[in-house]
Amino acid sequence: MSASEPPLLRVEGLSKAYPGVLANDGVSVEIAAGQVHALLGENGAGKSTLVKMIYGLVRPDSGTMVLNGAPFAPADPHGARAAGVAMVFQHFSLFEALNVAENVALGMENPPPLRQLSARIRAVSDAYGLPLDPGRIVGDLSAGERQRVEIIRCLLQEPRLLIMDEPTSVLTPQEVEILFATLRQLAAEGTAILYISHKLEEIRSLCDHATILRGGRVVAHCDPRARTAHELAELMVGAELKLTDRAGRVSGEVVLAVAGLNMAPASAFGPSLKSVSFELRRGEVLGIGGVAGNGQEDLLASLSGERPSGPGMVVLKGEDVSTLGPNPRRTRGLLAAPEERLGHAAAPDMSLTENAVLTGTTRRKLTRHGFIDWRAARAFAAEIIAAYDVRTPGPQVAARALSGGNLQKFVIGREVLQAPEVLVVNQPTWGVDAAAAAAIRQALLDLAAGGAGVIVISQDLDELLEISDRFAALNEGRLSPPRATASLTLQEIGLSLGGAHGMKAAEVGA
Amino acid sequence: MITLVARPAPSRFWAWATPVLAVLATMIAGGVLFAILGKDPVEAIRVIFWDPLFGANAGYFRGQLFIKAGPLILIAAGLAVGFRAGIWNIGAEGQYIVGALCGASVALAAYPAESVLVFPAMVLAGALGGWAWGMIPALLKTRFGASEILVSLMLVYVAQNLLAWAAFGPLKNPQGFGFPGSRNLQQYPSAHNADLVAGSGIHWGVMAGFAALIGTYVLMSRHIAGFRIQIAGDAPKAARFAGVAPARLVAFCLGLSGALAGLAGMFEVAGPSGQITDSFGAGYGFTAIIVAFLGRLNPIGILLAGLLMALTYIGGDMAQLMLQLPAAAIQVFQGMLLFFLLGLDLLTNYTVKWGWARA
Amino acid sequence: MGMGAGMILGGIDLVALAAMLMVASTPILLAATGELIAEKAGVLNLGVEGMMIMGAIGGFAGAVLSGSPEVGFVTGAISGALMALLFGFLTQVLLSNQVATGLALTLFGLGLSALIGKGFEGVRPPATGKIDLGALADLPVLGPILFRHDWVVYFSIALVVAVWLFLHLSRSGLILRAVGENHEAAHALGYRVVAVRLGALAFGGAAAGLGGAYLSLVRVPQWTEGMTAGAGWIALAIVVFGSWRAERVLLGAYLFGGVTVLQLRLQAAGYAIPVQLLSMAPYVITIVALVIISARHRHGAQAAPAALGRIFHASR
Repeated sequence: MSASEPPLLRVEGLSKAYPGVLANDGVSVEIAAGQVHALLGENGAGKSTLVKMIYGLVRPDSGTMVLNGAPFAPADPHGARAAGVAMVFQHFSLFEALNVAENVALGMENPPPLRQLSARIRAVSDAYGLPLDPGRIVGDLSAGERQRVEIIRCLLQEPRLLIMDEPTSVLTPQEVEILFATLRQLAAEGTAILYISHKLEEIRSLCDHATILRGGRVVAHCDPRARTAHELAELMVGAELKLTDRAGRVSGEVVLAVAGLNMAPASAFGPSLKSVSFELRRGEVLGIGGVAGNGQEDLLASLSGERPSGPGMVVLKGEDVSTLGPNPRRTRGLLAAPEERLGHAAAPDMSLTENAVLTGTTRRKLTRHGFIDWRAARAFAAEIIAAYDVRTPGPQVAARALSGGNLQKFVIGREVLQAPEVLVVNQPTWGVDAAAAAAIRQALLDLAAGGAGVIVISQDLDELLEISDRFAALNEGRLSPPRATASLTLQEIGLSLGGAHGMKAAEVGA
Repeated sequence: MITLVARPAPSRFWAWATPVLAVLATMIAGGVLFAILGKDPVEAIRVIFWDPLFGANAGYFRGQLFIKAGPLILIAAGLAVGFRAGIWNIGAEGQYIVGALCGASVALAAYPAESVLVFPAMVLAGALGGWAWGMIPALLKTRFGASEILVSLMLVYVAQNLLAWAAFGPLKNPQGFGFPGSRNLQQYPSAHNADLVAGSGIHWGVMAGFAALIGTYVLMSRHIAGFRIQIAGDAPKAARFAGVAPARLVAFCLGLSGALAGLAGMFEVAGPSGQITDSFGAGYGFTAIIVAFLGRLNPIGILLAGLLMALTYIGGDMAQLMLQLPAAAIQVFQGMLLFFLLGLDLLTNYTVKWGWARA
Repeated sequence: MGMGAGMILGGIDLVALAAMLMVASTPILLAATGELIAEKAGVLNLGVEGMMIMGAIGGFAGAVLSGSPEVGFVTGAISGALMALLFGFLTQVLLSNQVATGLALTLFGLGLSALIGKGFEGVRPPATGKIDLGALADLPVLGPILFRHDWVVYFSIALVVAVWLFLHLSRSGLILRAVGENHEAAHALGYRVVAVRLGALAFGGAAAGLGGAYLSLVRVPQWTEGMTAGAGWIALAIVVFGSWRAERVLLGAYLFGGVTVLQLRLQAAGYAIPVQLLSMAPYVITIVALVIISARHRHGAQAAPAALGRIFHASR
């Protein structure tokens, strides 16, 4: 950054406290026009709070902001947008039942009439290589397409600062490349980009500046291209990272066979599962990759027994379990941990003891003649807490009081401690801090080493490459044939995930 | 400006304190209401809440207390189970009426034969009638996805018309000189649901209410089925994951609450009321909803709430007699109680912070 | 009745029936249109019955005391809106359960209206005049059916049209639908979820109150305790039946009005069916309609607003 040019946005000493936690503690950042500035940090480091303050969603307790030389204190997102700040959210900002143009209009301050807006959406989306049909209902779009809606919504306002919160978590590698081309084009045109991510390699390839947050404070400003990913990770975590140990696994006989599994989607929006087939052997980890919304939840539900399928489609140890519910499948050794921790894998308002009963009744014999043995249930919950280092005052605490990482350790621990023969997990480390993620991955590897078959469904390709023996891609409800992970490249995986979904790179200078 | 901060876990203290606070707040607001109506508020509160228990004729009123509380408790015990699961049977009034019609029909068909079998057959018929009436919304919900709230409520109006039809038609007392209404079962010993100890107000329906409280307590706190009902209310997806079949749950909850409401109706028609008339349905089915909430869907709470509501009925009658307070004032009073309870419930799940903060 | 003389079927004058249908449908149409807006904003207010009955007594009292039916309709609408705001305060600010609070609103409204209504029993309200539509009213058949009503009948239809236009063409309507679809997203974009919902509720309450006032001032016209007799619940069912679309709500309300009028006419025509069984018909038909439409929704796309009935609390 040249000294002569003042920064576009200067954030100085911003603090924000929530009950029991100081989310931001004197955070200062400077972002110049045309800069692609990375905001790095673990979950809970304060990244979201910081950008919400810049976007006017949260008001800081203290500190100042200066945008383009003028004091900047947006009272709400309307104010931020009027000042030229736009934001692409990770979740929660699209309306599935409304069409693309309506979604875009909702994110603009003074949208033109819908017909004109549709024409502009077409024009801008073509210019940036992100084709979009303004009349389509957002619920019918793929995750990548939905993100295009968010980006187009921002671009139509010609922002001076574009905030992007974890934009690549739902994209295939090819889509990421195209997004990056778009962002580089925007930066070249003078737009500043504040880019939040925890994917270090991406940041090293895209960003020219990085601010690293830990525990609500800025711990470093640096040029990410001058650092290794490992160095950045240690700055984020503040400790040495342990690598997972995947030694000592031998795959045995087939324990679970899925053949020609078809299933209509549970939600109104989403693809159906189409003839999904694979075999899982004892001692192996099968990774199923793919962008969320391609049938992952339905696949998990059909394996866990929440949604029984047609006869012969799911065969466990030679027995057809397709039509059985979750508890009979648990009795036979097939266990699962769904993606949504609060509300699906665990009941938010119930204690950890009660949540242990949720899945543990059959294999842990927590009931006698239908009556719950609360003493045994408490003991089981305590055992999970101890074995998986779940940070909580005790088993009487409600599930919703736990942090994401701790609750996920509890959920995974609850299933692993029931000694499953097959365990299916969906997004086991999503939104979990690095230390907890490492512990969860190790638990899954240890389980496989002990002779169980493990299926890991994940959007995180790095994770799947790290722990799985074989890899298959789930795209639009179809599963690609599993292949040995060791022989795969990231490019090949990307293509099996549906490639760029019809996007093309932005025409530079367009 | 206030901000609400979610508690990490629901507060046990406030879960019990809010109903008490709600009752106090209602007494104050009720006092204001009575004052507006031109009555001395202190006097009115004393007549409603104090005299029936400790006044001159308390001995008589204490029996009345059980007579009024019995059906409320019996119905609320069943409703609470469904409400825990997020299954909203608000048509208990209809199930109560149909249960009474079925029970009375059996008795009137057997009349004038005296047999020890008549009463058990009436009990069975009452429970089955209420169960069947509750199973209509259950089936329409599970088969077609129709809202059980609206269907069960519509069926109240259907049941009320059925009741009027029966009172003027098939169940009319042939020796009733043309007046609408059935024979009085109090004069039919085999069918009469009399006080177990004369004057105590405790008849078989009150005993059934206590039994229902104990039964639902065991179900909800000890049995896996009750546990699953609770998960279904807290987190429907987690319930499915725990192996709950939603259709069976709906049928169980609506069937159970329907059967208990039907029993309440049958005990009422065979006992305190005595006969089927077109004004038989006196709103117990709706008041029981207040009882269930006021009792926090918890058996002990329901017992206390049922007695309190019974007290407002009796006290309301007395206030009507002695202070010319309109009967509707008690209905308003009950409605306010539910409002205060629902509003104050906030304190169980959130802490309230004063001061400026953007939510 | 001369013009319709040839239209008599089974002892029932079809023209008079059709004319009565519009009047009979109006209270429910008003209440259902109001509830449609509230539900489109994501709030399930089960207290329509309570708001309607408060509108009925509020409107009746206003009209009787002022001697003007127009004042009555205004006070009826205000009574309904106040009830709705009470519901809004509890559910949107104090975050209470919407199902339970709606029930409480109905129980409270039934009691309070009975209390207020004590002094108005047996009183006749000032008459609401018919609108003079000149030559249109003299048209054969269509004249008596369509053009000989009071202004509220036409107002209710205009309200449906206005609601349709609002939802589909205005930016405020888009924001309202957005809030009802996904309140977190609407909040993240800077829209005031609670304010939008309170506004929608107040509109719904005013419309329900107007419908109640129409019952006590025109349809009956007098005050009796509990006179709504489930009309508010039927209005709720009609919103479901109408798949949350204004034009279908109109259709549903008129279908229902038709059934009500037909059963009343059958009672009057002296058929050998017990009166009580005929009186069940509107409720049974409502259940049947609800079942048919729910079964269709099951197989098609979701029609209900996605955030309907969910509690919104803006956390971090």
